Amino acid sequence: MEVNEELTMRLRELFRTQGLAVLSTHGEGGPYASLVGFAATEDLKGLLFATSRSTRKYANLMGESHAAMLVDSRSNQDSDFHNAIAVTATGKAEEVTETDRDALLKVYLGKHPHLAEFVGAPTCALLRLAVDTYYVVERFQHVVEIHVNQ
Amino acid sequence: MTSVLDLHDIDEGQAERVGGKALALAKMIQHGIAVPSGICIATDAYDDYVGQTGLRERILLEINRKDFREMRWEEMWDASLRIRNMFITTPIPRPLAESLEPHITSRFASRPVVVRSSAPGEDAAKTSFAGLHESYVNVRGAEEVLDRLKLVWASLWSDGALLYRQELSLDVETSRMAVVVQELLSGECSGVAFCRSPNEATQAVIEAVHGLNQGLVDGTVEPDRWVLDRESGRIISHQPANRLQAVLPVGDGVELKPLSEAQASRPPLCDRQVAEVYTLARRCEALFGAEQDVEWTVAGGTLTALQSRAITTPVAGRGDEDRRWYLSLRRSFDNLRALRTRIEDELIPRMIEEADRLSQVDLAPLENGALADEIEARAVAHHTWVGVYWDEFIPFAHGARLFGQVYNDTVRPSDPYEFVDLLRDTEMVSLERNRRLEDLAGQLRADARLAERARLGTIDQETPFMRGLRAFLDAFGDPSRGAAVEERTRERLISLLLEMARRPRTASDAPAKRTESLVEAFLSRFQGEERTRAVELLELARASYRLRDDDNIYLGRVEAQLQAAADEGRARLAARGMAGTGHLDPQDVIAALRDPTFAPKPGGSVQERRREFQLEPRQLTGQPAGPGVATGKARVIRGRADLFEFKADEVLVCDAIDPNMTFVVPLATAIVERRGGMLIHGAIIAREYGRPCVTGVPDAVDLIRTGDRVTVDGYLGIVVVS
Repeated sequence: MEVNEELTMRLRELFRTQGLAVLSTHGEGGPYASLVGFAATEDLKGLLFATSRSTRKYANLMGESHAAMLVDSRSNQDSDFHNAIAVTATGKAEEVTETDRDALLKVYLGKHPHLAEFVGAPTCALLRLAVDTYYVVERFQHVVEIHVNQ
Repeated sequence: MTSVLDLHDIDEGQAERVGGKALALAKMIQHGIAVPSGICIATDAYDDYVGQTGLRERILLEINRKDFREMRWEEMWDASLRIRNMFITTPIPRPLAESLEPHITSRFASRPVVVRSSAPGEDAAKTSFAGLHESYVNVRGAEEVLDRLKLVWASLWSDGALLYRQELSLDVETSRMAVVVQELLSGECSGVAFCRSPNEATQAVIEAVHGLNQGLVDGTVEPDRWVLDRESGRIISHQPANRLQAVLPVGDGVELKPLSEAQASRPPLCDRQVAEVYTLARRCEALFGAEQDVEWTVAGGTLTALQSRAITTPVAGRGDEDRRWYLSLRRSFDNLRALRTRIEDELIPRMIEEADRLSQVDLAPLENGALADEIEARAVAHHTWVGVYWDEFIPFAHGARLFGQVYNDTVRPSDPYEFVDLLRDTEMVSLERNRRLEDLAGQLRADARLAERARLGTIDQETPFMRGLRAFLDAFGDPSRGAAVEERTRERLISLLLEMARRPRTASDAPAKRTESLVEAFLSRFQGEERTRAVELLELARASYRLRDDDNIYLGRVEAQLQAAADEGRARLAARGMAGTGHLDPQDVIAALRDPTFAPKPGGSVQERRREFQLEPRQLTGQPAGPGVATGKARVIRGRADLFEFKADEVLVCDAIDPNMTFVVPLATAIVERRGGMLIHGAIIAREYGRPCVTGVPDAVDLIRTGDRVTVDGYLGIVVVS
């Protein structure tokens, strides 16, 4: 079944209003979770984030590029149980190529202008999770999958 | 800050805390209009209750299970019933109860009171929740008042109130309720005065009944009616009622009692009193600056106003018609009893007679023109019966609901649907049909050679099995349609029976002992006349539950006659060389039979395009409609032909089950339905056979594909697709 416009709009709205995502990676030491500033690409097929190349998450991704990111709209109130939406994106995360870097950096900094200095450092990498599936959880227990053709 | 306020002490600044009704009463007191003395329990108490007990989020989780716009009225009733039960089974926290009790006790002691809703926004000039929230009359003592307080709070979430708020786009999340507790005036007569007649702007209307005005408000007692000239107050006409009964305070509630001959022979009001009531109504109109609808009572010869609210203009448009139809489903016990008699003694026999009469017409010898006339006549008959179904049969379904509410109020069970177990002890046509199918499948199961011959189509016509099959078809026709037997039907039925024979016999799962003990436990709470009434209500609810299933079977017979005639027409058109006749609707068949040059409008074709984002279901939320959990391959039913493809242990996934489809339920391991509700056919039959069932799953037939492996969790109301 094709994804309806309303659901795509909800995803866009969520990605626009949330600044942070939980990134899950896997390395020799086992699974690992970190909080990252993220931005979605216009076509919703990629989620961008930046990290120093010396971090555990970066090391993990260099060994195993499969990763997951969780973005949600929780407000830490009881009402989250019926109101919040949570989206888990899975796919492969890789450093963006030189050709794509300028355009994607513009998208990323458009959302996080205060990170310009951080991302500009030679030791900082800009990565893109090429999403293969979004798992969308709404109304507490309602879950649909969106399979993305990259 | 106390959450209890004397009506005398309320001012405009407290409108949001006390609600429209309390504010109006306070204003009337301040301007010298007599109203029964009382207090208001402000919305703070409601907030404390739902906040401290965690009910607020439980309610919102329930309401948000599904997009409100996708909810059917039956689902709203279900949500409302579950929420009401949350209030019934959640005690008021001790400190909150202790802060309320002294005010109630010191003010009323054990004198009878009325407990009524006063929601902010209710009774405002633009909105009227008239009749949507509950009131309780003749309640005594703080403990009882607090108990009713919870029920009035719960009525903020009644199905009607939910629907109304949705229509007016009022915010469900911030809904709160204040409650007014007033002394009960046991009036000799009571009524309602409308400052402006709904039919004629220059006139006013006064309605009056003997006794309390509950009977008038809920429509069980017919009122005397006076039409007055608005300007002069002169009586233009008096339409006396057929005065038979009055609602009177009895014990700890109210009852409908017969009037004495003397009372029945005289109008509740004399002309002088009519004038007095009208003067009161006009005083209220002047006070509030808008035309009013004033409830009043005359107790000990003194006229007292009970409440006053602005006359609202009904919300225009089709939505309002739907709402009125929906609200018309709330029938009283007496009304339902009359409806039952009409349905059982008149409508069902007439419907069966109609189907039989139509089946007598031999279609084959009819000329094309005559066949077209016959299809048209059958379409009209079918249309008429569909109308009867909506206007009379569906409202009768409220019988089961009415019983559910009484059961939950009395027994206070933790499962709000326990009452359904008491209704199951009924004989439904669909179950009898399924039992006979099981008997036939049993013969195949017991005799391998017979089964083999059935498979090969070499079975002797005179075997007991074939005789049984013919008898079944004579009685029930094509089980998916109710009639129109043909050779293909016989073959499809045999393959279905072979499939049924592959698994052990399935019996309807009614645990008779549990039903018996639940019935006894319920009835033991009533004595004397009340017990008789409870027995009658249970009997009515069982008839309602049974008929909700049976009526579709009978309607299916009429529809089958329409289809049989249309099929005959389609076959002739196909023989004439017309393409795609299988999808022609009966109106097109009629047109094509009458006019050989007729060409139906082509249907639009959907162009496939590359899908960049493909939606797949993972875990779909619906309503838990039959407990249990089961996993199996999905079989999505889109048309009647799909039913005969059904294999043992598959999960039945469909848009809406009607009883003409439920013959495959014994084969199914679980049921998923797009249409929602706990008392719909799918849920009824799933419970009969003990199958897990989830209803109200939006897009179920679009998202789930035949062959998908699905787990149906009938406890949580979710369907997991793996």
